[in-house]
Amino acid sequence: MSIDLTQDYFSLFGLPRRYALDEPALEAAWHRLQSQVHPDRYAHLPDADKRRAMQWATRVNEGFRTLKKPLARAQYLLVLAGVDAAIETNTAMSPEFLMEQMEWREAVEEARAAGEVEALEQLHMRLLHHAREVRAELGRQLDVDNAYTEAADTVRRLMFIEKLQHEIDEALLALEG
Amino acid sequence: MALLQIAEPGMSTEPHKHRLAVGIDLGTTNSLVATVRNGIAVCLPDESGRTMLPSVVRYCADGRIEVGQAAAKVQATDPRNTIVSVKRFMGRGLKDVAHVEMMPYDFEDGAGMVRLRTVQGVKSPVEVSAEILRVLRNRAEASLGGPLTGAVITVPAYFDDAQRQATKDAAKLAGLDVLRLLNEPTAAAVAYGLDNAAEGVYAVYDLGGGTFDLSILKLSRGVFEVLSTNGDAALGGDDFDHRLFCSILERADIDPPSLEDARRLQMKAREAKELLTSCEEAPVHLVLGSGEEVDLVITRDEFAEMTRHLVQKTLTPVRKALRDAGLTPEEIKGVVMVGGATRMPHIQRAVANFFGQEPLTNLDPDKVVALGAAMQANALAGNRAEQDDWLLLDVIPLSLGLETMGGLVEKVVPRNSTLPIARAQEFTTFKDGQTAMAFHVVQGERELVADCRSLARFELRGIPPMVAGAARIRVTFQVDADGLLSVSAREMSSGVEASVLVKPSYGLSDDEIAEMLKSGVEHAGDDMALRALREQQVEAERVIEATEQALTKDGHLLDAGERAAVDAAISRLRALREGDDHRAIKAGIDAFARATDEFAARRMDNSIRSALAGHKVDELEL
Repeated sequence: MSIDLTQDYFSLFGLPRRYALDEPALEAAWHRLQSQVHPDRYAHLPDADKRRAMQWATRVNEGFRTLKKPLARAQYLLVLAGVDAAIETNTAMSPEFLMEQMEWREAVEEARAAGEVEALEQLHMRLLHHAREVRAELGRQLDVDNAYTEAADTVRRLMFIEKLQHEIDEALLALEG
Repeated sequence: MALLQIAEPGMSTEPHKHRLAVGIDLGTTNSLVATVRNGIAVCLPDESGRTMLPSVVRYCADGRIEVGQAAAKVQATDPRNTIVSVKRFMGRGLKDVAHVEMMPYDFEDGAGMVRLRTVQGVKSPVEVSAEILRVLRNRAEASLGGPLTGAVITVPAYFDDAQRQATKDAAKLAGLDVLRLLNEPTAAAVAYGLDNAAEGVYAVYDLGGGTFDLSILKLSRGVFEVLSTNGDAALGGDDFDHRLFCSILERADIDPPSLEDARRLQMKAREAKELLTSCEEAPVHLVLGSGEEVDLVITRDEFAEMTRHLVQKTLTPVRKALRDAGLTPEEIKGVVMVGGATRMPHIQRAVANFFGQEPLTNLDPDKVVALGAAMQANALAGNRAEQDDWLLLDVIPLSLGLETMGGLVEKVVPRNSTLPIARAQEFTTFKDGQTAMAFHVVQGERELVADCRSLARFELRGIPPMVAGAARIRVTFQVDADGLLSVSAREMSSGVEASVLVKPSYGLSDDEIAEMLKSGVEHAGDDMALRALREQQVEAERVIEATEQALTKDGHLLDAGERAAVDAAISRLRALREGDDHRAIKAGIDAFARATDEFAARRMDNSIRSALAGHKVDELEL
């Protein structure tokens, strides 16, 4: 077994390469890896060891974050499968989806302008539910159907949804001062 | 099963070689130094048996510098030269500091950090803090009987990059080797968690003299994982004193007091606040220099009422931290109270109401941070014993970003990311033929650059001329385990590179520190060269010892030729170590590091491999 900085995150954490995640196993592997590479373990050693520990610990944290977050995990699986999700350029979404997005956005904007914390919190909950459904669909496409092109489309939809969620969070934060 | 018996990299294989390491709580009001002795963390007292050193520094007209009790005693007679609560100025410009109009100092607002004009000249907050640290270092070295290998210095979790850098600079100036900057609530969680073998999700409510932090941690099987942190780096017990002081002025209906009277009244306010922790009322009596008399009584309820808004102000960060961690107050198993200000009964009540449970007050809120820092220092110095095989995973408190078009912030590293972390973002040129690009690094949560803290500005030059949008400039942020940032930028097609250690806007440059060290030498008459030599010899000893230990354990990773080269490097450094030229030893240590770099790389790969192998073994056993 060769271990280097190019090894993929799933093998680094000893997990099967798939969307469905065993979270406790990921967390346990994260702790186990960090207890080997964390800079705290090398603080009394020469600078070369410290530098390497920081690089490794950084990579382990990045891997943990990538595998833990559903959207990042799905994007990573697409990269490993050699599918270009064309996140930056491909914005050709279905008209229905764009319509739906606009409605969500207007609702958030209205609640934000009127300072309605409760309305924003309701939108937050509804969107959370919706995101869960989209993620379930993503899981089927990636793990069961191996339908990567469709999965790339779902990934883009999920990006819109997460961006909107972020905007609601920011609006709530701003309203609370 | 042999794979599971491999010693942890941080664990000492020679327990008799105990390295002297301390934890220092550099507080707004009081500072402490602690160490681990015979496996137990203890705060080190001064000759009079006092562990707490008031964070007060006085520059005397005769050139002496008084620190602690002596300075605190005369603060009312020489307020301009007696600096209290200097932590509030660390990494801060004048406009960032609250209530400056009420302070007796002669400020100088230069580029970056505010400075203070004293009878001994202009002093930066870094220099003032270094005086406090120096006293604690001397106390520790006298008590432990030798030079320190290193120290862990605690900082408020909500300190930004500029404040952290300023703290690290102060430690360097005081001659301390900083093993790690540790967040105060995390240090408290370590002390509490290890003492009580705690498991589960805990909140640490840390209200110090001048800072407030709220951290949420998950404790599980020796791992202390910070889930989120929030706070207010300019809110603390001092603000309660100040509110009480203003109220006393209003009620006594007196003319604006002199600097001396103001300082005496502030001390009276603090005494009254402390008295109200145990009594229902506190008298305030003082005859001012003008002959006017202040004579009134403050009740506990009155005090609670006049500071209610301050208590409420702490609950906003609590809510934000919970939301970032995705938790509700009911999911918190316990709330650890830290900082002397949490002794105030109405604070304990507010916290109990919010979390629906009585907070944990069974540890000394003044000492717990220093004790936790000592435990971490002991582990980092390589004194780790088998039973303290624990791991800290901390986070960055505030997002880091870059200024983009229109004065907006593009976030690159989100707050609450586990450290260390690196993040890269790509940018492109805006005009045809553009050959340079300016970057402005900021920290904070707001959308506008103007509302965030400016950390650094730098330029990438020498970009080959291309049409607008064709260049690909990759900007990488790296935040280390101390929470300190370095940024580099690279044009991907040409490889042109620029990087900064984020310091310039608010920190001190290395030259400034060197200058201060030099003047410190002249001033104190300390034999700097001898100290530098001793330090380099200790460092050389340390790297040789570490490498020999590694050879015993992992020597099989080298072939005979490589082994001979490492052995030769050890002999060379050992010979240099016997000399008396600290620069030659330093150069030798650097050369040694290069000669053993490949060996270090293989050991690291090997330990990761064993972590994975251990994982496989675990799976088989399930």
